[in-house]
Amino acid sequence: MLELINIDVELEGDNGWDKVLNDINLSLERNKIYVMTGPNGGGKSSIAKTIMGIHKPSRGKILIDGIDITDMSISERARRGIGYAFQTPARFKGLKVKDLLNLAAGEREIDHCEILYNVGLCAQDYLDREINSTFSGGELKRIEIASLLARQIKVALFDEPEAGIDLWSFQRLTETFINLHQKSDTTLVIISHQERILRLADVVIMVENGRISEITNKDKILEEISQLDTGCEHRDNCGKGVMEYADCIR
Amino acid sequence: MLTALDKKLLVEVADIHDIPQGAYNIRKNGEGIIRNNSANIEIISKKDKPGIDILIKPGTKNESVHIPVIISEEGLNDIVYNTFKIGTNSDVLIVAGCGIHNGGSEKTQHDGVHEFFVGKGAHMRYIEKHYGEGKGDGERVLNPKTIIHVEEDGVVELEMDQIKGVDYTIRDTYIKLYRNARLIVNEKLLTYLDQSAESKIVVELLGEDASAQIISRSVAKDDSKQVFYLSLKGHSKCRGHIQCDSIIMDRAKVSAIPEIVAHHSGAQLIHEAAIGKIASDQITKLMTLGLSGEEAEETILQGFLG
Repeated sequence: MLELINIDVELEGDNGWDKVLNDINLSLERNKIYVMTGPNGGGKSSIAKTIMGIHKPSRGKILIDGIDITDMSISERARRGIGYAFQTPARFKGLKVKDLLNLAAGEREIDHCEILYNVGLCAQDYLDREINSTFSGGELKRIEIASLLARQIKVALFDEPEAGIDLWSFQRLTETFINLHQKSDTTLVIISHQERILRLADVVIMVENGRISEITNKDKILEEISQLDTGCEHRDNCGKGVMEYADCIR
Repeated sequence: MLTALDKKLLVEVADIHDIPQGAYNIRKNGEGIIRNNSANIEIISKKDKPGIDILIKPGTKNESVHIPVIISEEGLNDIVYNTFKIGTNSDVLIVAGCGIHNGGSEKTQHDGVHEFFVGKGAHMRYIEKHYGEGKGDGERVLNPKTIIHVEEDGVVELEMDQIKGVDYTIRDTYIKLYRNARLIVNEKLLTYLDQSAESKIVVELLGEDASAQIISRSVAKDDSKQVFYLSLKGHSKCRGHIQCDSIIMDRAKVSAIPEIVAHHSGAQLIHEAAIGKIASDQITKLMTLGLSGEEAEETILQGFLG
């Protein structure tokens, strides 16, 4: 079980320190699928990055199976079974797909071909390819997901895994999540706006303005999502401005 | 004749674990000590200056020549002139390289001047590794000069590595490509402490449809300095591409000075150069797989330098 207790996160932006997460409380159980959704910039990725240790909270605690990991580094959390598939994965000049999967697996024996098959990539074409700028965004996302599948983890965080993945592979991707869910007792946390991903959820977490606005189930959210307005509520009366001079009426 | 130290140096520079197969010439402390010819490859000492002529018969296929140089004496200044004649339509591997063990306080230097005449339709792969070691504070200096003439339809692959222990180096490489000749260069360089390295590669694309690809990757650590001067000159309808990529760390300095010159409207020449530190998203990603920050950095550098 992963617990976030009264978590605040402040990040330094262009205009000084900005509170991106405000009093986040979550309990994530084993063998469940959580889908985090909500408007852009609402704080979903910040929650995932805080769990991974990429963002440090200014207040609150994070526990995994009762052990306080709040002050642990990214590497230590990884060794304790937390994994994160980035929204925008890194490219590596010189590092091959096989190398990355081996690094992910650590001392564990893995079936490279099966892992790549599960993310819809042909092992023969990809195993020895460098993860460099010749990779498309979609290919990179699949490798990123594969790097989590190569590990044995307690908590797997997927940040918009479907972005850049074409429709044909989308089916394969949802199957991959279902498989992972059935074969292990990993806690899956998937950040997504996609209906098909939302349908996998045991629990849906709505994140808005740096807060958890609602913890609900998929049926309720799927009904609500059609009415969800992610834009500004004053859009109808927006002053816009002229040329380079923006004018907000708020 | 070969001590344990010599053998270690040979492994580092030529991957030789025992006496090599095929033709070879091992030079130690300024003198040739072991030599072997094959049916198709003849090695002859030069009469007017130190060095050897390596003659490869036309049509020689899948043979190799190893000509490593090892130096274990301090204060030695070794200059050698080697000439290679690669016969038409042959296909050979040449492994050179120099290893210096300097345990003393005086400078040890090796300057190898290599000139290659690659015949029509021949394919040559040339591997040159430079390595230095020894606890003494005497400098280890290597200044190779390489001149290559590639005749019609010839293919040359160059692999030039300097990964460890060379304090000061100036590499000077000059290549002429004739009609439909092809060149592929892979250069790898790592400097640290207060080492200094300069690499100059000038390629003249003389003949029609000649092509050249130069990939240079380097890592500069600590207070070391690197200068790359990579130049492509197109004199006919030809293609050339330079990729010069450096990772800079600590207080190091790196200069990449590009030059592409076209003397013909059919010349297509590209130069790409980039210098930057290790991308933080790469380190973060590897840390999320359980590597420490240092392990992540080492993995990225190792991958980058292949």
